[in-house]
Amino acid sequence: MRRKQQAILITLGLTLVLFAAGCKKKAPPPPPPAPKEAMTTQQAAKRPTVSLTAEPSSIERGQSATLRWSSTEATGASISGGIGTVGTSGTRSVSPTATTSYTITATGAGGNATASATVTVRAAAPPAPPPAPPRVFSEELARRVQDAYFDYDSSDIRDDARASLTSNADALKAMIREFPNSRVVLEGHCDERGSAEYNLGLGDRRANAAKEFLVQLGVPGDRLSVISYGKERPQCTESNEGCWQRNRRAHLVAGN
Amino acid sequence: MTRRITTGIGIALALLAQQPDVTIKIVGERGRIKIAVPEFKGPGVKAEVLQTFNTTLWSDLESSGVFEMASKSFYPTEAPQKPEDFKAPLQPPPQPPRRLRPGEAPPPAPEPKRQGPWLTDWSQPPVTAQVLALGSTAVDNDRFALSGWLYDVTKPDAGAAHVFGKRYLSAHDVPGARKVAHEYANDILQKLGGGPGIAGSRIYFVSNRTGNKEIWAMDYDGSNPVPVTQYKNLTINPDISHDGTLIAFTTFARGNPGIFIHSLETNRRLTFYNQVASLNATPSFSPDGKQLAYSSTVSGRAQIYIANIDGGNLKRISNSLGVDMEPKFNPRMGGQIAFVRGGAGPPQIYLMDADGSNVRRLVSGGGDAVNPAWSPDGQRLAFAWTKGFEPGNYNIFIMEVATQTLTQLTFGAGRNEHPTWAPDGRHLAFSSNRAGGQQVWTMLADGTNPKQLTQSGKNESPVWGVK
Repeated sequence: MRRKQQAILITLGLTLVLFAAGCKKKAPPPPPPAPKEAMTTQQAAKRPTVSLTAEPSSIERGQSATLRWSSTEATGASISGGIGTVGTSGTRSVSPTATTSYTITATGAGGNATASATVTVRAAAPPAPPPAPPRVFSEELARRVQDAYFDYDSSDIRDDARASLTSNADALKAMIREFPNSRVVLEGHCDERGSAEYNLGLGDRRANAAKEFLVQLGVPGDRLSVISYGKERPQCTESNEGCWQRNRRAHLVAGN
Repeated sequence: MTRRITTGIGIALALLAQQPDVTIKIVGERGRIKIAVPEFKGPGVKAEVLQTFNTTLWSDLESSGVFEMASKSFYPTEAPQKPEDFKAPLQPPPQPPRRLRPGEAPPPAPEPKRQGPWLTDWSQPPVTAQVLALGSTAVDNDRFALSGWLYDVTKPDAGAAHVFGKRYLSAHDVPGARKVAHEYANDILQKLGGGPGIAGSRIYFVSNRTGNKEIWAMDYDGSNPVPVTQYKNLTINPDISHDGTLIAFTTFARGNPGIFIHSLETNRRLTFYNQVASLNATPSFSPDGKQLAYSSTVSGRAQIYIANIDGGNLKRISNSLGVDMEPKFNPRMGGQIAFVRGGAGPPQIYLMDADGSNVRRLVSGGGDAVNPAWSPDGQRLAFAWTKGFEPGNYNIFIMEVATQTLTQLTFGAGRNEHPTWAPDGRHLAFSSNRAGGQQVWTMLADGTNPKQLTQSGKNESPVWGVK
């Protein structure tokens, strides 16, 4: 009686699966009903089968894993490892403090069957580092480019400025790929000695000379703009050549 | 206009008004006119108002560069307060001629009989003044009133000595007293052939006293500083129109340096179209105030352009491979422009016609020459030059343009730059760090009488407006 019911249920289940599949796409013709089932129903009491899984199979100490088991031909089951008698199928949450192997023994009219699953327990990992903050273009730029320096009353690109700008061009080309909407402003600055008015024009020349150099090296010119601060925004104010040289520069900052 | 004027003063003014408009030229010791200025008094005037009036009048005349001030300690106790106070001495009746006995000394000539204050009280030792400012103050309908005259005390009678008389009115407070004193001092200067006075003129300059560079204004003597701009950014390069009603400057308030123009009458910003360029800077008004010359990078390097006062009708007038900045219209010959060109050698001062032709270098002899500034008569150019000094150590020079004659006004006392002429053509303002930080100073056009006008913060780039 029970076997007949099972056969009906299996057939019904298959039909439902096929019906559901048929909703999505044109299904291949259903296979003929399995003749095996019909044959086994005629045999004597069979050995039970059982399966056991742990999900996940590896946890940190303090976390839990789920044991999941199912069996056939079984009338009872028990799991080692302090769990004891369980139903013939089911789930159980476990939190072992050390790596533990669980063995299920299913008992039926046809004998016993066993299956094992191991839950590996790792020591608690150190707290994961906080996710890296999104990179800010202006900070990246400040880290990856350098100033180009000039002689007194000159906007000519010196050898050292040539090296700085060549390195800047590589960095800028890479950064423009990384930050697709980025823009860069080249600031022209002067030392304190010349007149404030003339230095506005000279600072503009310095910024433009640096820009032209970068464009020649393949930096897209539409990403670059210039502004001259003349001698109005010095980075140091001492009256000596060391400070004057630091202020005679083209300086790159992020634009809007 | 309900002015209540006492009958006496009214008649006096009516008489004064009939006097011919005389302008006299008197040259005293060292080319200066010696003037006596007794304290003015008057009923009902607040003590601080009267004191402000007297000190401002004295200071205006003293700093004009025209006068030698007669020391107050020698003044007669009895100072006239109006023309009627002069009492001509009575001449003794002529003596009948008489034959002298042999050996008899001639009798002394009879002395004129003193009747009251007289011109000679001031013209003879110890005062020995040539001119006398006299008058009185009063309160008229709650306003401060001055009746002021000027007398040439070297003349023999009061009628001939009278130079001018005028009545002045203002608010009965300290600023009102300053205003009246400035107007009276200016009239005195004008009548004595000193050209327009500068009392009442204003100096506009750049100050960082609030933390940002902004344009400020102050009276010509450094008092009453007030902010003109409040952009809370970098605002520099002021220039004033010749009638004193407009100010142009360079500001970074919109990002790249650009030119703004404000009306000084409404304190509103006017429309000025800035070229799309990395730099529009160093504006200068044409003599008629209808055009602006400035430097722009609209076509590459900074070059000189002229545009209408709204920025339209742009014309490029310089064409160089260098950096051209600081154009300055000649105030008398608007067709001539001085400017600074650098880039292929140190910056130097050049002249060109306003159509860009006839470019010639004006200053030669090494160093940087910058900051050209025309005198009001358009004959002389003041500028800052490092000649003989390290870069940055500027001194103020004046060149008589027609003859190229040079006069050096400052001599290595720190950094002296940004000269600007007073409307009288006798004074210059400039910025100097001779006393420490950079401050605005004035001096006479021969380099004498330097005075520090500012103290607070760093102050630079003065321009002198007529008002």
